[in-house]
This record gives sequence, C-alpha cells and structure tokens, in this order.
Amino acid sequence: MSNLMSGAGILVECLLRENVECMFGYPGGVTLPFYDVLRDGKIKHYLVRHEQNACFAAEGYARSTGKVGVCCATSGPGATNLVTGLVDALMDSIPVVALTGQVSTRLIGSDAFQEADTFGITRSCTKHNFLVKTANDLPQAIHEAFYIAASGRPGPVLVDVPKDVFIGNTHYAPVSTIHLPGYKFSAEGHLGQIRRAAQMIWEAQRPVVYAGGGIIAANASGPLRELVEAVGSPTVCTLMGLGGLPSSHPDFISMPGMHGGYAANMALTHTDLIIALGVRFDDRVTGRLDAFAPHARVIHVDIDPVEIGKIRAADLPIVGDVGRVLEKLNQAAAELAPFQKERQAPSRRAWKEQIAAWKAEHPLVPPVSEDRILPQHLVAEVDRASGGQSIVCSDVGQHQMWAAQFIRFERPRLWINSGGLGSMGFGIPSAVGAQIANPGKRVFALVGDGGFQMSIPELSTIASNGLPIKIVVVNNGYLGMVRQWQELFYNNRLSSVTLDAFPDAAMLAAAYGFPGRTVEDPKELRGAMGEAVNHPGPYLLNVKVSAFESVYPIVPAGGAIHEMVLGPPRPAAV
Amino acid sequence: MLQVISLLVENKPGALMRVTGVLSARGWNIDSLTVARTLDPTQSRMTIVVDIDPELRRQVIKQMNKLINVLQAADLTDGAAVSREMALVRVRAASENRTGVLKEAEIYGARVVDATQDGFGLECTGSPEKVEEFIDAMRAFGNVDVTRSGIVAVSMESRKVRLAPPVQAGAAANGTEELPSC
Repeated sequence: MSNLMSGAGILVECLLRENVECMFGYPGGVTLPFYDVLRDGKIKHYLVRHEQNACFAAEGYARSTGKVGVCCATSGPGATNLVTGLVDALMDSIPVVALTGQVSTRLIGSDAFQEADTFGITRSCTKHNFLVKTANDLPQAIHEAFYIAASGRPGPVLVDVPKDVFIGNTHYAPVSTIHLPGYKFSAEGHLGQIRRAAQMIWEAQRPVVYAGGGIIAANASGPLRELVEAVGSPTVCTLMGLGGLPSSHPDFISMPGMHGGYAANMALTHTDLIIALGVRFDDRVTGRLDAFAPHARVIHVDIDPVEIGKIRAADLPIVGDVGRVLEKLNQAAAELAPFQKERQAPSRRAWKEQIAAWKAEHPLVPPVSEDRILPQHLVAEVDRASGGQSIVCSDVGQHQMWAAQFIRFERPRLWINSGGLGSMGFGIPSAVGAQIANPGKRVFALVGDGGFQMSIPELSTIASNGLPIKIVVVNNGYLGMVRQWQELFYNNRLSSVTLDAFPDAAMLAAAYGFPGRTVEDPKELRGAMGEAVNHPGPYLLNVKVSAFESVYPIVPAGGAIHEMVLGPPRPAAV
Repeated sequence: MLQVISLLVENKPGALMRVTGVLSARGWNIDSLTVARTLDPTQSRMTIVVDIDPELRRQVIKQMNKLINVLQAADLTDGAAVSREMALVRVRAASENRTGVLKEAEIYGARVVDATQDGFGLECTGSPEKVEEFIDAMRAFGNVDVTRSGIVAVSMESRKVRLAPPVQAGAAANGTEELPSC
C-alpha cells in the first residue's frame, strides 16, 4: 500500500495506528498544516490554554488509564512551555508523546521567528526525542516514540517536526516493524533470583513490602495483593504507589517517609526485610540514609537497572517488570508455603501486632475544629465524598500530603499527583486529562490557593468542554508548605509566602460560566461538598481553611525517618 | 589511574550529546573523548576518559546503557584493554637544536610529518604516559604547540553486544488495548 500524502496527513495516520483518539494541544504558526488535517480527522483535539497544561493533561490522561497521553505544541515558545510537563512525566515515569512543530529545515539554526532548539532543550527532559528531517522518516519516528514511551520504564518522548516536513508530499508506506537495537530492557526477571527472593521472604521475621509507582505503571496491584496476603507482609505504599494496595486492606500501613505515618516509618526502621517493588528509595522516603532500615536486607525489583543499588544496596536485585516478577514470585512463594507458613505464623503475628500498636500509638487521623475549617478536615470530607472510588488530582504542597495521608484509594490510578518533580499548577490540568479519559468517573481537582492561581486559565478548558470536575481549593492564604518550613526551620521568618489579593473564586467560576461557592464555616462544609458532587457539571468549591496548619508527622530534611516530629496533640474527628 | 569508558553507539545526530549529557548533568568534566565510525557505518565507537569515583562510574555506565542510541557501554578501567593516544607536536628548533630534536624523536618512535626552517612537525603515538613524556622532552627545545587526539581504547576481552530484536509497530506492540472514548 502506498499513496501520496502530506507529512501532516501521515502523522495523523500514524497516530490513528497507535489508537490515539484524543490529544491536548495549542496550535501555532508551524503546526498550521497539522491542525488543518486534524480538523477533519478522527482524533479529537482539546485546546488547552497554555502548553504546559497540554502536557499535564496528557499526563492526567496517561496516569488515569495507563495509555500513552499525547500533547502538541508549536515551535519556540510552544515547545519551551512543554518542558516542565515533560520533566514531570520523566520523573514519575509517565508515558507521554509530545509533538512539537519546528521551523522549516532550511531555517533551523538561523534564529528564525519562533525558533528554539527543541531537540537540544528537551534531550534531558525526555526518555528519548526525535528531530524528523523528512516526511519519509515520520512514520518510523512516531511509532518508535510510542513504543519507547509505553514500554520498559515508561516516560515522555518528544517528536520535533519541521514545517516543511508537515507540508511535504511523499508516498506513505505504513511501518510494520521498528528496530531499536540499543533499547534493551528485561521484563521477565531472573527465575533463580526470584526463587531466592521467595525463600528470603519466608525466612524474614519482620518483612515490609515497600511498593511504589512501578506497581501502578505495571498494572501489578493484583499480584501485589496476592503476595501480601500469601506471605502476610505489612505494606507501605509510596506517594506514587498509593492505591497499589487498597487503603482499606488490613496489611496496608500508610505512606512512609517525610510525611508518612508513624507506624509506616517505625515498620521500615525495625524491619529485617524490605521487599522493594517498583520504587527508587527517594530521599523523601528514606530520610537520612544511614539510619534508614538499618536492620533490613533488601530485595529490590525494578525494570530499570539504574535504580537498583543507586541509593541503597540490594541484597537481592531482580531486574524485571514488577508485574511479571510478582506473578513468578507468588508461584515460588506458594511452593514454599507448605514448609514455611505454619512455622512463620507466630513471628508474623507478633510483627503485625507490633505495627498495630504503633498505629494505635500515633494514628493518622485528621484533626477537626468546631469554629473553623481545618485543611485536614476538608481533605477528609473529600475522602468521604470519594469513598475510595473517585479520581483525585492533586496539586503540590500541604494539601497534597494531607490527601496522601487521609484520602483512601481502593484501586490504582485514582490518585494522580506530581510526585517526583512536585510541579505546582499540576492539579487542574491533570484533572482535565483524567476527566476526558474517564467520562463516567468523578474527578476531584484538589488544589491549594497557590497552585490554583497557576492554572486558572484551564477553567476555560473545563467550561468549554463541560467537564464535570469538582475543583476544591484548599485556601489558606499562604504558600503553606514553604511557610511551614520557614516556621519550623527558618525561625518563623516568613518570606514571600503570603497569597493576598486572591480573587473571589466563586465569582471567578461564575465568570467562566459554572457554579462556585466559598465556604468558611465548618458546619456548612459537608452540605457544600454534597452540592458540588451532586451538580452535574463543573463546580468550584473555595474553602477558606485555618491558615496556620502544618503537615505532621514531619521528618526534617536530613533526619532519620523514625525521628518524626509528630506535632501537637489534637482533637480528632470521630 | 585512567578511567576509560568505551561505547558502541548508533551513528545518529544527538547520540554524542546524550552520552556526554550523562556526565555534564552531574557537573563532571571529561578528560578526553574520541568518536569515529566503526566498520559498520551506522555505528560509532566512543572512548571517554573521566576522573570520577568508581562507584559513580558504575552508575554512569548503567545510565549510558539505558540510552536508546547506546548499543553497549563498557568499563575498560580494570579489564584487559589497550589504550593509545596520538599527539601532533610542532616544535620550534633553532639550527643548533635540530639534531637533538630528531634524536629525541627517534627514541620515542615519533615521526617527522613536516619540516621547515623554523622547526618540525612531529607525530607521536603511544600510551598516554609515553605521549606525555615525549611532549615534555620536546618542550626542552623551545616553544611547542600540541594537539592530542585523546585516548582510543580497545578491549582485549571479547564482549558480546546484546541487541534488542525488532518489534511490531503500532498499538498492538505496546499491549495497548482500546482507549477510553474521549
């Protein structure tokens, strides 16, 4: 099959072959030929209001479905605006394909209008990138981009397409195979190592499963649950791994680390075996390294060999897809169960009792107040409305940590947040992508008043597409997390953290044509939340919360995770 | 000690930047770097000399192996390998020194590649230490201009290059099912 087509037409054909049904983008001069073809095509294009949000929306789409998210920007400023989103996707291993326009090949390097060295700029912001020089090379590059983005350790891939490549006519021959000889990844895992892992797990007296974003990326929550139940191991899920094991599962402790629960951090400190699954021993989890899990041996499963031994030496490394490895590990563990289960029962029981005691000693419960809305209380109300079933797209800061502590996620891909990069302004645009990918699901955008103001333009995208997102603004008038650090570690010398002149958010929503409400009285909160979720369209709930709350527990930077600052004792919700 | 990383990379634009980016992102300097096509013109061989902590070097090599354009990154620091460097030296030699220069060059096995009234152009090849010594010897005769090639190295162990096989293009290859409607 071969027929004459423009590069733009070929690009659309290739996207269709990759099952792309929608994309997020912003047109411009050099992408005009592409947008001309898109107009009549089968791919739905969602016009965002800023290119950074096109990438965040593509991430929301990808994170909530596991499919590749697609975003598009024009050359120069369009491409440079994508950069934060690309790094965000890179840090959290999210499959995204970004298409950027470029000035015509003969102008590249001449400082042409809206020219930027996108290929150079995004080299370190992507898993891989391409500069396509002829329309003939386009199909190969596009299919390679999707393959690289989705396989192995997923990540963002950018394809830079000059204007003359869009325009040029050529014979389109669909590409049937792609060959990337240097792109090697081992998915299966070494069987001998897996058998040794099963042995180690049974022999451990105080095992802890440390599950991360890899569990979500590999769709491995089923085999994870099987392992946890079969070997009776308490489990912590990282910020990226929340929902990997249902929050209501009896073996789930909580998120560990800097703002993790007391029991989770104590369990990691006293464990004799860490079963690390799709995690990278992030500094926000480990705290001071020499004090992290000092008694533990480590089994580390990851598809990326770079992660193994990067931070903490692995006693038993297994390179592989965590889902495939877990399936084999479960089998190996089951084979040993008849000899081990009975024998280990007493030590497992004692370990679980110890963890239950830690949980009881310092439980993770949101405090409440009768005369003002505490932000933790607001987050708990979102949890109540969600019941562990809604998609919650969080921005970055205190509210993100409270959400990770107090909102239950009964399934994977419900909790969507910028974990590694911590990009403010992520919450609302990622909710746009998540809601479009999941039209039947309730989607909350949980944002602070800082991040909200970074993403106000997307209210227009929400209104224009009638996306029934429930925006909840945790409004404390401050950049709360920065202020908390200034209070705790900079002698309470507050510097540039006051967010005054915040607009009337309810009026702002009305200006965009959807309802909004501002709430200050704790007695009104539940009713207002009900109003928000029962409204069929978008709704903005601006909640003025008590200003000077801090996230506890907190492990000061450089501290050991068992040396948490627990905060003052508070009356808790019943 | 010389720390030598040898890479087989796809001969594609940007491949060099990706490899050196792994080092420059950490603020590390490269002592020397050579790149040239191999017998197979679609591939290039790079030899990088760095001065970093051995533990970090292992990490860096893993990161280089992860790059799509890198077919193989290998550490030649401790293994059986031969490394050579070439220097082109222009030495100004007054007439009374000319014989001395030539004698010294002969000791180092350096060849005269150009001769003028002002002096010589000399080519010296050998281990980096030998090249270093030769340059020092020439400096005794007067002003020198030196261009060094950087080190090229070859492993004396047979290293099997593990390559990924071709895969099917399109959504089926990625295991992506039907997308949600949007």
